Amino acid sequence: MTVSVKFFASLREQMGCDGATVEIGEVATVADIWLQASGGKAMLPNILVSINQEYCGTNDMVSSGDEVAFFPPVTGG
Amino acid sequence: MSIEISEAAFNPWEAIQRYEQEHIVRQYAGKVGAVATFIGTMRDFNEGDGVMGMELEHYPGMTEGHLQQIAEEAATKWTLLDTLIYHRVGRLIPDEPIVLVAVWSSHRKEAFEACRWLMEELKSKAPFWKKELLTNGESRWVEKNTAGY
Repeated sequence: MTVSVKFFASLREQMGCDGATVEIGEVATVADIWLQASGGKAMLPNILVSINQEYCGTNDMVSSGDEVAFFPPVTGG
Repeated sequence: MSIEISEAAFNPWEAIQRYEQEHIVRQYAGKVGAVATFIGTMRDFNEGDGVMGMELEHYPGMTEGHLQQIAEEAATKWTLLDTLIYHRVGRLIPDEPIVLVAVWSSHRKEAFEACRWLMEELKSKAPFWKKELLTNGESRWVEKNTAGY
């Protein structure tokens, strides 16, 4: 399946890109997507994740066509 | 209820007045007993360093959706008449307003509590990120917000 990946803020700078398209098997979690999109980097525990613009956990399952985002702690307001 | 995220600089006092004229005065004539507002503005210092500018990034779509969710949740937790949230993104300079949260209700308890809750929810969960441009020429991402309570 194909999943769209996005990186924001300091994580985007660390990755050197604002996202990627990931091709992965039909059964995959957010953590699996991270490993493929990051080239096997360890994910810092404070990184936040979302599927289709809703917060989720790293063990949540991803479906084909989903938009999965990874970003650092938020600092708005 | 209005949620707006914009790169355009704004005057929060004018925004409140305009919203009152367009959405409150007629719809809630005689019903408003309290308006609680919070305005966050940009400082020229942080963590002991001088700050001359800021770049505010957001997640288009998710940020608006999240603000809409918390505004709707506030309306279930308290009896409110209306809510306005405005948040800047893009480049800011010190003294510019960053965020406005305004809550209209019939009694002060609801307005105070909902405004405070909305602001803390926004600070802790809405996907915005600040990058500071320091007066020494360096830039850095703000890693966490200060405690609100």
